[in-house]
Amino acid sequence: MGRAHVYKRDHTNTDEIIPARYLNTDDEAELAKHCLEDLDKDFVSKVRPGDIIVAGEDFGCGSSREHAVWAIRGAGVQAVIAKSFARIFYRNAINNGFYVIESPDGLEKINDGDELEIDYKAGVIKNITAGIDIKFNPLPDFALEIINNGGLLEHITKQQK
Amino acid sequence: MGMTITEKILAKATGKEKVVPGELINANIDVVLFIDVTGPPAVSMLAEKGMDKVFDKEKIVVTPDHFQPAKDIKSAELHKRLDEWARRHNIKYYYKIGRAGVCHALLPEQGHIRPGEVIIGPDSHTCTYGAFAAFGTGVGSTDLAAAIATGRLWFKVPASMRFILNGSLGPGVYSKDVILTVIARIGVDGALYRAMEFVGPTLAEMSMEARMTMTNMAIEAGGKNGIIGFDKETEQYLDEHLKDKTDYTIYESDEDAEYVRVEEFDCSIIEPMVALPHLPGNGVPISECAGKTMDQAYIGSCTNGRIEDLRIAAKILKGKQAAIRTIVVPATPTIWKQANDEGLFDIFYEAGCVIAAPTCGACLGGFMGVLAAGEKCVSTTNRNFIGRMGHPESQVFLASPATAAASAIEGKLEDPRKYL
Ligand code: SF4
Repeated sequence: MGRAHVYKRDHTNTDEIIPARYLNTDDEAELAKHCLEDLDKDFVSKVRPGDIIVAGEDFGCGSSREHAVWAIRGAGVQAVIAKSFARIFYRNAINNGFYVIESPDGLEKINDGDELEIDYKAGVIKNITAGIDIKFNPLPDFALEIINNGGLLEHITKQQK
Repeated sequence: MGMTITEKILAKATGKEKVVPGELINANIDVVLFIDVTGPPAVSMLAEKGMDKVFDKEKIVVTPDHFQPAKDIKSAELHKRLDEWARRHNIKYYYKIGRAGVCHALLPEQGHIRPGEVIIGPDSHTCTYGAFAAFGTGVGSTDLAAAIATGRLWFKVPASMRFILNGSLGPGVYSKDVILTVIARIGVDGALYRAMEFVGPTLAEMSMEARMTMTNMAIEAGGKNGIIGFDKETEQYLDEHLKDKTDYTIYESDEDAEYVRVEEFDCSIIEPMVALPHLPGNGVPISECAGKTMDQAYIGSCTNGRIEDLRIAAKILKGKQAAIRTIVVPATPTIWKQANDEGLFDIFYEAGCVIAAPTCGACLGGFMGVLAAGEKCVSTTNRNFIGRMGHPESQVFLASPATAAASAIEGKLEDPRKYL
């Protein structure tokens, strides 16, 4: 279970998620301190472990910095729900074993602060606050497999065994 | 049903006769790029997982660029990690400081990009290499780690979009203006997960450098790759630049290949363009934004920091004075030397510009030209997101080197055609 942090906007980009001025490190805890800083400077003080980010189209567009995924994960976020994702961010999330959910109507049906529970396999977001279920297409099997294995490198290691 | 050039390259890399859009493939990688910001984390991951090996020490090209020369202690540590790893694995093509440069300008210049090959890099603008009828795409650090260790990577075959470019560009109008026009029409996610294939007579009139400016910005429309077919111009560039491995395979799209969308442009009517903050898709003709005051002009980056770009800017700045801070960043040491030899530095010096060492620097808000709150910069780079070049309240206006140079002289957005 986690609370929703809703950003009703499209094209939330990697420069907003983790500005380049902090890219001189790849330490996840350090990056997490600046997560979403240029978009919402209060995010880091608000977020609690297990929370969920909800946004519009093209989330994570821009640079290939995996630091964006690390910053979000490091901040304790369990998943990002967006109408669509930029492709490198999407890849990076899966490769890191981090959940990304494409939901065409999530943004409309989730309000800031709503309590959510996500069934990743079945493809259902339970909005407990609103008392509704929001369906989504679960990630493709290969992606779920990578996530379940804990990320791409673990996945490759397992396959090679 | 025929195949597009992108599909053919990916099919070959997968060892298949045919691939179709949406298909998941495990492709062999021909060239792996390695840079300072996103490379070291990959090395650490590999070490952590007990996979500290490289699939082929001759197929990885290493250059520090984003924060080189080191801008602070932390980036110095990144460079140290990069250096230690590259030496330990005896990476053949390791461009150390003095030979290091902005990756996407450096790799083609040093002859690492060949048609028909698959190139990945931990930088989103790896799509630049598509100008050479190759498949280039940006990935993250984990993908880089996997590619370094195994030489393979999973991909979803992208559907292709076709952009037909007709007509000759007018004076003072460049490939940057064309790509800003394309992105303004389709939007910053208009090519999400797609291959952007550029064709048409306008391209035939463009140099390889100008073409790279176009494919460089495919990612700014969300594209997985940008690609341009092979022609005489490509051949000539390769003849001049390829060194060790000079053979390559040329693929071209079949006439009955399938495209999810086709867009046609009359490039003869394109004006100099400026992408307003804070999206590369906010392109407007200069006539609609001229006069807006600027605080800085930035001429450089993997988009427009090549010799041709510096020549265009110098031609306009010659004998003039820059009214605002103007920063010129040749993208590689070779370009730097060439600009120096050609006397371009004299022109920039006389005009009151500062000339930097090759680096990504301020393009991504790193150093050497970072903006303060409220400042506005006309820049030849590719991205103008919030905070991209510095303070979150600063603003970046994307334009061609000509427009940036003209605007530098005026201290405000200016039509470069005035100075031709
Ligand atoms: S010059 Fe700018 S856009 Fe190009 S690789 Fe460097 S930081 Fe990225």
